[in-house]
Parts: sequence; structure tokens; C-alpha cells
Amino acid sequence: MDLSFDVILGAWIATGLTLFILSFLYEDNPLFKLAEHLYVGVSLGYTIVKTYDTVVMTLIVHPILDKGEWSLLIPVAIGMLMLTRYVPKAAWLSRYAFAFIVGIGAGLAIPRTISSFILKQIEDTVRPLLAAAPGGGITFDYSLLNPASHLNGIIILIGVVSVLFYFFFSVEHSGPGKAVARAGILFLMISFGAAFGYTVMARMSLLIGRLTDLIEFSDASYGRPTLWLFLLTVATLIVLSRRGNAHPPKQ
Amino acid sequence: MMFLRRQLPLLITMVTGLVMAAQYYVPHPASEQLLTTVTKWLQIIGGFALVLGITSLFHVHASKIRRKEAGWAYSLVLYVGMLGTIIVGLWNGGKESVDGALTSFGWVYSYTLVPLQGTMFAILAFFIASAAYRSFRARSREAAVLLVAAVIVMMGRVPLGEYMLPISGDLSSWILNVLNASVRRAILIGVSLGAVALSFKIIFGVERSYLGGGKE
Repeated sequence: MDLSFDVILGAWIATGLTLFILSFLYEDNPLFKLAEHLYVGVSLGYTIVKTYDTVVMTLIVHPILDKGEWSLLIPVAIGMLMLTRYVPKAAWLSRYAFAFIVGIGAGLAIPRTISSFILKQIEDTVRPLLAAAPGGGITFDYSLLNPASHLNGIIILIGVVSVLFYFFFSVEHSGPGKAVARAGILFLMISFGAAFGYTVMARMSLLIGRLTDLIEFSDASYGRPTLWLFLLTVATLIVLSRRGNAHPPKQ
Repeated sequence: MMFLRRQLPLLITMVTGLVMAAQYYVPHPASEQLLTTVTKWLQIIGGFALVLGITSLFHVHASKIRRKEAGWAYSLVLYVGMLGTIIVGLWNGGKESVDGALTSFGWVYSYTLVPLQGTMFAILAFFIASAAYRSFRARSREAAVLLVAAVIVMMGRVPLGEYMLPISGDLSSWILNVLNASVRRAILIGVSLGAVALSFKIIFGVERSYLGGGKE
């Protein structure tokens, strides 16, 4: 398999950076710091370029020059007011920009939050506990595997009410209230555990992705960068460790 | 001058807030157009906010290099990475690929940013696991519940876990879709009530910290 020079170079750089960051698992070292700062720099540069493309060119320059949307100069002027923070005497002008953004954000949030995150959530929580059967009578769905079943509906209702009660401090959590608050804690613990497990597995998935790349780049067609750069990283860590032992930091 | 510096910003917040809140209840094309325009304006203004953040970072690292503080060479690496990416990105017009072929900007993205980002987040798995080992020991009933839920969800997300404990897949889905959903819903309702209250306080000038301190 003949690979182009840019692919091979890319494989070497990607492998090196991956190994440099993984070297942090041994200890904090200059190779990791190098990769870490490069990560911040490259991601910042990427964000700047993307913002330039999507905001400056797509939202400002093209609409103004091609379609004559001169009204877009208003948000540009408001945005420029933000930069007055660097001029102490005119810094108060930046308040107009912040006032505009915060005012719009607050105004947009009130009806939408009430509608989507409060009323809709309550509506989905308070559901009928029974359903009318097709041939008459009533039915109750016991299935735990169906999140929309009646049994799960009751569990969700208990969970929402008990967790809300746990965070409600206007009444003392004693007597029956204590039992409800305890149930709330149990629901919270299960949720935190689930969130933890889910996050760990997502990170593991990323790790598997990186290891898959390392295995692919150990192929001879790439020049075996995984092997050579692994040896180089280990050798560097040994040298740095010995140098650290020879010159311990002053107390 | 006091009006211009203090009261006019509060007035702007109040007027824009009330207009945008009212917009939701006006089902008219002009109202929809207002929302579209304002959303676009916010994106544009947000771009300038990014300039503020970047300038601050620029300043911090520039002073580190100028004063030759400890680790100044890493700041230089940051600058080189950033400026290199910007130059390559602008050269390619911000496009990662053209007609399916990777541009040099796309090359930087695929072979630098993706591995760096992926590995940086991947090593967090080790730190989370080590933190969990120290703090998850079932010292109380609540901690035991958390531990069991975490183990079941972890097992249910991988084929090996389902092979070892066949019920873990269904149990994991139930925990995520029912128990976890109920807690998320309760927290969402609580947070939303707080957000609405804060929005009212901002619009009516009770909460003013976003205007910053300094001279009146």
C-alpha cells in the first residue's frame, strides 16, 4: 500500500502527540506539557478560523457586500463596544453591549424555559396511571423495558417529586417528609452513579479510538511510528527521570 | 453622565428583555423575523466576545514570554500552534476539505487536533477511575447504591459486560431512561425555575452584576 507523504507525516505527528499525552499517566513531564500547550494553541487557532469563517465572512461581510444588508453594522457596532474594555476611560461603553446581550438572553429565556423546561416536563411527568383498553375497560402496562409504561410512569413521578422535595428547604425534612427526602437521595445517587458509568465508558470509547490509531500506525507502510516514537518517549522519560534524580529540586 | 453610564444600560436590558419575552406570544411573521434577526445579531456580537477572551489569553502568554518566566517556552509552543493554525486556516478559507480532498487546514484538524483532543479526554478515564477507587468504597448505603448503579451502567454499555451479566443491558437502559430521567427532570425543573427568577431580576434591574464594577 503506497501512502502519500502527508498521510505518513500525519501518522507520525498524531502518534507522537498521542504518546506524549499518554506519558502523563507515568508522571507530569515536558513532553506532556509540550503536547498540552500545542493542544491549546491549535484548538484556539481552529476556533478563531472557524469564527472568522462563520461570523465575519458568512454573517457580516457576504451579506453586506452581496445583499446590501447594512443593518448588520448595528450588531458590529455593539460588538465593537465590547472592545472598549481595553480603554479605561471608555470602558463603561461596553456596558451597552453586555446590557443588550443579557437583556435579550433574559427575555428569550423566560417564556421558552417556562414552556419547554417546566410545563412540558411537568406534563410528561404527570401522566394517566391507567389507559382505556381497546375492547373497553382499563389496562395497566407493567413493562419496565418500555420507558412510557404505566409502571415506569409511577416510578418517574415518585423520582421527580422526591428529588424536588429533597431540594426544597422551606419545610423541615422530618416525619413522612424525611422518608420522601431519603427516597430523593437514593434516586440522586442512582443518577450520579449512572452519569459516572456513562462518562467513564464514553472516555473508554475515546481511548479505544486512540489505541486503534496507534495499532494502525504501527504498520510498516507508515514507517512504524508507534514503535519508534514509543521507544523515543520512554527513552526521554528515563533521561528526564535520571536528570531529575541527579538535580533534585531545591527545598 | 450618571444616566448614560448606569441607568441607560439598565433601560436597554429592560426594553430588550421585555420585547423578546413578548415576541414569544406574538404569532406574526414580523415577530418571527425579529427573532431571526436578533439571533443572527447575537451570533455576531458573540464573535466579538471571543475576541475579548482570546486577547486575554494572548496577553497572559505574551507577558510570560517577555519576562522569561518558568515554562515560557511552552507559551511559545502555544503561540506557534495557534498562529500556524490561523495562517493555514485562512489560506484555505476555513475549509477542511475541498471536493472531498483534505486541505492543509483539514490535515491540521485530522492529525493534530483530533488526536490531541481524543487523548486528552481519554486519559480522564484513568483519573476518573482512580478517583472512583478512592471515593466510591461502599462506606454508606448511598455510596453503595451509587457504586452498584455505576457498575451496572458500565457493564451494560459493552458487549463483554452483557456477556458476563446478560440482564445488565436492559437494566442499564432502565436506569438511564427511567431513574436517571426522573432525576434529570427534577433538576431541570429546579434549575429552570431559578433561571426564570434570575431573568426577571435582570430585566427589572434587581440583578446588576453583569454590568461589572468600576467607576459609575
